[in-house]
Amino acid sequence: MMISSLFAVEAAEAVSFPLLPSLIFIPLLTALIIGLLPAHRDDYSRITALAGSAITGAVSVYMLAKFVVDDGGFQFVSERSWIADLGISFSLGVDGISLFLVVMTGILFPLGLLATSAHHDAKAYHIWVMILMAGSMGVFMSLDLLMFFMFFEIVLVPMYFLIGGWGHGNRVYAALKFFLYTMAGSALMMVGILVVVFLTARNTGGALTFDIRDLAEAQALTTNQARAVLATFALAFAVKVPLFPLHTWLPDAHTEAPTIGSVILAGVMLKLGTYGFLRFGLYLFPEASHDFAPIFLTLGVIGIVYGAIVATVQKDLKRLIAYSSIAHLGFIIIGLFALNSQGIQGAVMQMVNHGISTGALFILVGWIYERRHTREIAALSGLQKAAPLFAGVFTLVMLSSVGLPGLNGFVGEFLILLGAFQGDARWFAVVATTGVILAALYLLWAYQRVFHGTPEGENATMRDLSFSEFFSILPLLALIVGMGVYPKPVLDRIEPAVDELIVHIEANVNGFTEPEPEAPEQHDKREQLIEALHEAEEKAEAKAAAKGEGE
Amino acid sequence: MFAQTIATPEIPWSLLRPLLFFAEGAVILVTLTALFPRLRTKSFPALYTAAMAVGALVTLVPIWRRVQDDGPQIILDGALAVDGFAIFVTAIISVAVFFTALLLDDYLRRENLDGPEWYVLVLLSASGGLMMAAAEDLIVTFLGLEILSIAVYVLAALHLRRSESQEAGFKYFILGALSSAFFLYGIAMIYGATGSTRLGEIEQALALVNERGLSPVEDSSLLLAGMALLLVGFGFKISAAPFHLWTPDVYEGAPTPIVGFMASAVKVAGFAGFARVFLGSFVPVGGDWRPVVGAMALLSIVIGSFLAIKQTNIKRMMAYSSISHAGFILIGLHAAGSTDQGVSALGSRSVLFYLFAYTVMVGGTFGVATLVGRQGDGAHSLDDYAGLSSRRPLLAGLLVVLMFAQAGIPFTSGFWAKFGVIEAAVRGENYVLAAAAMIAAVVGAYLYLKVTVSMFLTAPESDDEGVMVESGGAIAQVPAAMIVIVAAVGATVLWGVLPDLGGDFLRTAATSVLR
Repeated sequence: MMISSLFAVEAAEAVSFPLLPSLIFIPLLTALIIGLLPAHRDDYSRITALAGSAITGAVSVYMLAKFVVDDGGFQFVSERSWIADLGISFSLGVDGISLFLVVMTGILFPLGLLATSAHHDAKAYHIWVMILMAGSMGVFMSLDLLMFFMFFEIVLVPMYFLIGGWGHGNRVYAALKFFLYTMAGSALMMVGILVVVFLTARNTGGALTFDIRDLAEAQALTTNQARAVLATFALAFAVKVPLFPLHTWLPDAHTEAPTIGSVILAGVMLKLGTYGFLRFGLYLFPEASHDFAPIFLTLGVIGIVYGAIVATVQKDLKRLIAYSSIAHLGFIIIGLFALNSQGIQGAVMQMVNHGISTGALFILVGWIYERRHTREIAALSGLQKAAPLFAGVFTLVMLSSVGLPGLNGFVGEFLILLGAFQGDARWFAVVATTGVILAALYLLWAYQRVFHGTPEGENATMRDLSFSEFFSILPLLALIVGMGVYPKPVLDRIEPAVDELIVHIEANVNGFTEPEPEAPEQHDKREQLIEALHEAEEKAEAKAAAKGEGE
Repeated sequence: MFAQTIATPEIPWSLLRPLLFFAEGAVILVTLTALFPRLRTKSFPALYTAAMAVGALVTLVPIWRRVQDDGPQIILDGALAVDGFAIFVTAIISVAVFFTALLLDDYLRRENLDGPEWYVLVLLSASGGLMMAAAEDLIVTFLGLEILSIAVYVLAALHLRRSESQEAGFKYFILGALSSAFFLYGIAMIYGATGSTRLGEIEQALALVNERGLSPVEDSSLLLAGMALLLVGFGFKISAAPFHLWTPDVYEGAPTPIVGFMASAVKVAGFAGFARVFLGSFVPVGGDWRPVVGAMALLSIVIGSFLAIKQTNIKRMMAYSSISHAGFILIGLHAAGSTDQGVSALGSRSVLFYLFAYTVMVGGTFGVATLVGRQGDGAHSLDDYAGLSSRRPLLAGLLVVLMFAQAGIPFTSGFWAKFGVIEAAVRGENYVLAAAAMIAAVVGAYLYLKVTVSMFLTAPESDDEGVMVESGGAIAQVPAAMIVIVAAVGATVLWGVLPDLGGDFLRTAATSVLR
């Protein structure tokens, strides 16, 4: 009886192919297939994993193509009841906010796999990577609060094994710290989830539901209840982002993780926190989020400046990128809590940008490590001479991370700063801007020390990028340039969803209206002018017509 | 010859079949093996015991049907209840007996111990557990408790060549006997306060109020002392803090398959009796005992989680883990004692699901521990698990699922078990209890992670030539034990993905224990 109810489609759109579930199940199936392969054939498991992740990526791109641009709501929704009497359902959906995160996940995994390889025990390695992919997809697509939480937690397990099993140096310590730190952050979230569900059911008199659309619509919690629950959620997300005082797990995990681990950690898993703030903070608790905004803005700004300063003095390239992530994620937080359309659009865009550019940076540093067996900046010099193509690629990716106009990083950061400056977060924007300058400082300085100068010892003979390596990073380079030069297709899809979110916030926060940006006002004036002109013309025509009739 | 016959109650044998399978089954096994000594050495006793467990499970089906049709039955002149709760707990205990029988078979051969006594005692002990789950009278509860416990005291000490085993049995016996004494004294006081040992009559006596709306017995010191003593007795059996002190020592010393039995069947029976007595008769005075149970829950979780950090012996670690799990189940019991029906239904349901999930997980875990323990049953340190993933990848992979399940990671039954009790606590607005438990659970997770670190992330010991050393012989992956482990992992994952499987049975069972 239970099984039949589970597989009975209760409400699904007229999509013949279960697009979103397949994004979770294809990687899982791949993991299962790899598990059945013979253990001594490393190449089999690698090819299977590449194929599985590439198919998943292709499905996600297909979904992007089918995505209806002007629709701000959830699309491709697929719902199945899971535990009926508790209102828990297996429901997936994608809107403009999660769309690009899903696609980015679909792209980063196959490229990360292509760019790296397991140095031992390839079978287990690829199984964990595929499970990680399934879990990451699940987090971004869940429309059920409990299901989100389950995916949010389950991704810890494969990442824990990837860091612990295939990492560098102090890997076991880093893996344990990563696991326990994040689990501690989300421990209270489960209580918070249950509180929100039970109080909503009680206050509205309705049935229990874990569906975030219903919960967001109901807004049945009192101010203090919402604040308390948001606090439990925020703790989980703040650890994941990570926000300033809770960031200490990140440098360890990033540095000790194998390349694929660092790529996915930075590219995908940090976004779970910012995405959580957006979807389960702003959307579920608009009023409490609005009240807490100054706290998050402050922590975000501290993160920007602190991350940048600490990154500057790092000796290890991976650690440098890890701290730069803290700074970049600070920007995203500023954008989110600017609470206006530009800021949030910029934040969503920047989540994707950071995934692409930091993912690419980690891949490149991983290649340096493969060749030189060190990531220490002092031990590297003059690589440009031996590996000019490598240096060129590195430059492009680095400049994207710095936020050079014409590359993707600029678009996101600019929108965030614009949004923050126009909103209540003006002074935060002013301080945050220094982060842009500091980013240029630490990245360019690191680049100078690693690639310029005269190569000594092994540095002089470092192998340049091979064709296959160049090929595997090329898609990321194309995205960096493409999204920088022509971001409109991306923003067009993000904007409707963000606008709906803003309307939702405005409707639920007393006395809050989106801080009106100045540029659109001018735009309005111009339109008013045109309208006035039109009216005048019409009047003139009408007069002329009346005259004609009169004659 | 006698002018006056003693009135004997009618005995509905068909409803007693599961109990007969265990109690009579034990007696028949003794007789058979005494008559045919050849049966002693073969796998016959193990197969026989497993068959008894399966038989009990099968006979539960018609009984369940009858309970669904005719409603719960009170039989044997009010001594036993046959209801959804009893059926559910009987099923769990049968599963535990099945697991134990399969694990014992190879264990005894490996350790050069033979004899059907082990199986006889397991069956007898299980019959005591069944009585506790069904008892409608405190005296019957006590009988069940004693039948259950005395058999397990002997089992703990039955590895004759290991002094640790003897020590464990002795320790368990002394403290167990003490707690039984507490329990019996508690019964006497309850009888004094309420005038009955029948659970239903006690409940009625407590629910009585005089014309001023006050209960004449509610605050009587006799009643309070009686309840306190019962709590001590149950607290000992379920190894909840502060009555947990015996657990690490006994778990470490007792034969490994028997520890699995203690952690599953004995704990389940203890909780079943606890729930039956306290939910069946003491709900009207819930204000008196629920705070104590809440405190015990919190204390157990904290002690179980924090003291486990320093342990390096798997069996000791599992002992602390079982203390912390007992704490979680107590949170569910705390909620089940609420007078709010919605809360109490969620609470008792969470208790039953937790007991089921935990029995399965712990059965599989001790299955692995039995195999890794190797000849002599001594290889239980974390070092013995080092590099298990490269030596025995299947075993390590299965144990990892069980470890993460006990840590409460999603998509395992352990997650839903934890979710259930926290849900009940939140529904009952015990936010502090829920939050504190969740935080302590993170500390507890370290314990399970340590095992995975050892298995997957630590290089195995190797000699000078790089050949892996396997002290005490190789780890043999015996079919019978592997069945247990694979079944346990399968069920853990199955109920992790489909937690509502058999949900109707669970819900009926859960509500039937509430009055």
